[in-house]
Amino acid sequence: MNLLLLLLIPLATAIAVLLIPGKTQVRWTALIGAAAQLVMSLGLLYAFRAARLSGNKAQVLFEQQHKWFPNWNISFHLGVDGISVSMILLTAFVVIAGVLISWNIEKMTKEFYFLLILLSLGAYGFFMSLDLFLLFFFLEVAVIPKYLLIGIWGSGKKEYAANKLALLLMFGSALVLVGMLGTYYGCDVKTFDMVALSNMQIPVDVQKICFPLLFVGFGVFTALFPFHTWVPDGHSSAPTAGSMFLAGISMKLGGYGCLRVAVTLMPEGAREYSNIIIVLSSIAILYGAFATMMQKDFKYINAYSSVSHCGFVLLGIGMLTKVSITGAVMQMVSHGLMTALFFAVIGMIYERTHTREVNDMGGLMKVMPFISTVLFIVGLCSLGLPGLSGFVAEMTIFVGSWENADAFHRIATIIACMSIVVTAVYILRAIGKVAMGPIKVSYAGLTDANWYEKTAAIILIVGILAIGLAPFWLNDLISPGAEIIMHKISPVITGIK
Amino acid sequence: MNDFLLLMKPELVISIIIFLLLFIKIGKGMSNAGMLLLIQVLLLINFGLGFFKMEEGSLFGGLYKTDMLIAYQKNLLNLGVFLISLLFADWFKKSDHLAEFFMLMLSSLLGMFFLISSGNLLMFYLSLELASIPVAAMANFDLHKKIASEAAMKMILSSAFSSGILLFGISLLYGATGTISFDLLPSVVTGSSLQIMAFIFLFAAFAFKLSIVPFHLWTADVYQGAPTATSAFLSVISKGAFAFVFITVLYKIFQPLHTVWFNLIMLLSVVTMLVGNLFALRQQSIKRFLAFSSIAQVGFILVGISSNSSAGTAAVVYFVLIYIFSNLAAFAVAGTIESQTGKESVNDYKGLYQTNPFLCWMMALALFSLAGVPPTAGFFGKLFLITAGAQNANYLFVIVVALNLVISLYYYLRIIRAMFMDKNEQPIQKLMVPASVKLGLIICAGGIVLTGLVSWIYDYIQLLS
Repeated sequence: MNLLLLLLIPLATAIAVLLIPGKTQVRWTALIGAAAQLVMSLGLLYAFRAARLSGNKAQVLFEQQHKWFPNWNISFHLGVDGISVSMILLTAFVVIAGVLISWNIEKMTKEFYFLLILLSLGAYGFFMSLDLFLLFFFLEVAVIPKYLLIGIWGSGKKEYAANKLALLLMFGSALVLVGMLGTYYGCDVKTFDMVALSNMQIPVDVQKICFPLLFVGFGVFTALFPFHTWVPDGHSSAPTAGSMFLAGISMKLGGYGCLRVAVTLMPEGAREYSNIIIVLSSIAILYGAFATMMQKDFKYINAYSSVSHCGFVLLGIGMLTKVSITGAVMQMVSHGLMTALFFAVIGMIYERTHTREVNDMGGLMKVMPFISTVLFIVGLCSLGLPGLSGFVAEMTIFVGSWENADAFHRIATIIACMSIVVTAVYILRAIGKVAMGPIKVSYAGLTDANWYEKTAAIILIVGILAIGLAPFWLNDLISPGAEIIMHKISPVITGIK
Repeated sequence: MNDFLLLMKPELVISIIIFLLLFIKIGKGMSNAGMLLLIQVLLLINFGLGFFKMEEGSLFGGLYKTDMLIAYQKNLLNLGVFLISLLFADWFKKSDHLAEFFMLMLSSLLGMFFLISSGNLLMFYLSLELASIPVAAMANFDLHKKIASEAAMKMILSSAFSSGILLFGISLLYGATGTISFDLLPSVVTGSSLQIMAFIFLFAAFAFKLSIVPFHLWTADVYQGAPTATSAFLSVISKGAFAFVFITVLYKIFQPLHTVWFNLIMLLSVVTMLVGNLFALRQQSIKRFLAFSSIAQVGFILVGISSNSSAGTAAVVYFVLIYIFSNLAAFAVAGTIESQTGKESVNDYKGLYQTNPFLCWMMALALFSLAGVPPTAGFFGKLFLITAGAQNANYLFVIVVALNLVISLYYYLRIIRAMFMDKNEQPIQKLMVPASVKLGLIICAGGIVLTGLVSWIYDYIQLLS
């Protein structure tokens, strides 16, 4: 399996989209490209599992390394482990759904799809890179397309939201940059290679400075409190596919970065600061949940609930047990699929009713049964109904967190558990108002989902169900990766006790 | 004789072009388009020749020195002037005095070539004057514009002032050490207070030329008033040349005073980029905006210089190469719009994308490269400058520099936003982009994309330095 293909397919698609004239042709090109990505990533999953089953225990598989700026010890180093594979799968699912859902975009269609595909290119590269510099490169590749997507195709106060997002994310990556350089110069062997870095001991004083820089830097991407403010504005102003990409892929870049770079390379730093991470993520979980209760705009509801749900990711990472880290990655995948679907449904409803105010809607079940059913599925997934992916992920995090026996960790876990009740309140209230009750006269003539909307929704629901009903394959995929991370952290933790 | 021809070939070719232009001008004359084509071809030939036999050597008893890196730097500057001749063809063709403009610009380029090659403070001073005085005349080329005369006046006064300071510094240095040769100076520079004073005067002169804060005050006015081609030349070619020679002076002559200038450069780089960034935030004129952005860019160049290593040299040369592509493209778009509509305010750019998508994409690419956003080359340029600078520096310095990247992104996005997002009832009408401008912009775009991703360009520069 050549990982380079996963970069070349989006690249070729992006170039083809630019060159091909005609809106319909552009759409089909993008769709074929996205489908090829999905096939490739499913192939990757298959090849990865086959390799693991045949007893290949290597830390990363399908590794390849090319010369790139050798003077700075930078290399074009790609490779995947189970965690990356699951993130790549998530990306491919969200990308194809996003391409489908934007089928009716008429304004600058070509540019729109070009930016979408460019964003996916950045995400794939980020999840596959094993070199800090390369990782940083792809992280930033993904920033500007978001800015343009929101600013050009967005709605509401889009310029403000786009600016806020771009600047806060750039602020995050500036911190990552400093942390990265600190690590580079802090070690005896100067290298950006993550495999080499994780095999050597980074000096503790360097870890103590660079860990917070890296963690907060990546944390900005994944709505770490108090740097979450770009999330609600950005998501609600973005076009539907933009919100799906933002919440489904872009926020996961941060979580993955926190885990893969900050925690894996600097276990001492992780232990030092884990309590602060737990406090901040608990605040994010609770604050996000309560803030959602107050929202009237459907997109804001999902955006704030994303803050809350991504708090679980950071909580899982901060708890530093194998199960909780596995849960954190599962939550990333699950939340990515779920929130992308949620935004897709909101987009579909908005297309028809031209309002996002929950209170103005009602009784949509009668005219659009398909959309409302999807809304119910995604809502129940969000509040953690067993059988759907949200339950599996959150449950794993709670179980993992409970393994820490002291009072502090227990209290944090309980607080996080309690937020589920709040989630149930706002989700049930919102979808009840939208789908149930008497229908408004003006909505009586509305139509149900089109073929592309149906396809997009079904693709994402398949993902959600696959995790919810058969969580073990995902668990098997992720937990060896988490074990390797824990292997590095455990000596540190037991050393303290 | 052979040595003379081979080592000095860039200077000789440029001199030949200048004389050729002179003969054409006093002889029968030539159409503007024909002359421009001739100049472009000759500059391209010079660029090609530059890569041929890059050797180390010195002439005139050490007055003139060259090596592979210097030959490469000259090539970059030559490339920049070639691009200017392509990118501002629109304005050049309308000009009544095309030959004179190019004579002046090439004389200045010749001065810069000698400046980079100088091996002696006397040669250094002479070539520096040759490099700066013609620019003042170039600044005043829009004779009917009052603002252009003002710009020229400011330019000539400030450069005369800085020359005076430089000469004073040189004489102090000569008085303190008894030599003006670049080879002998390092062994006699010991750090006595007289020498430090001489260094400070020399430094101030450089600060004028590079518009390092607090010597930057002339920059914005001159850029705004001068014809766009002149501003582009000043901000890219001239900055590049002075940055190159600044490195030579600091790393070679004043290496013994390393501890003195290291902190100075660090402090000034932060101040320069902060001031450049903060002033750029509120500019309405696109040329003033680019002026302050170029001040901020100099701040980043100083970060690379502060590393005091060959990695720093390589990063600066690499950055200048990228800067040539990106800043020239930005100036070219601004210049094309200005020469056809006379509009140069950010507000006029609103809604530009509806009518001129090509120009907008080029401008966006250039601005993203200036802001250091991947996959453009500017990202690599800035990152290597910062990486080189971080070598000896503390976290605080690196954090401040990295945060400046964020501030700078904000104002570059302002232009992007005006072009792509803001609505305008009457955007600038569809402009005719001449073929040579298009060609130049496409070369720049290619440079912006490829210089970063193709790593051997950097490897080659690192090999030379």
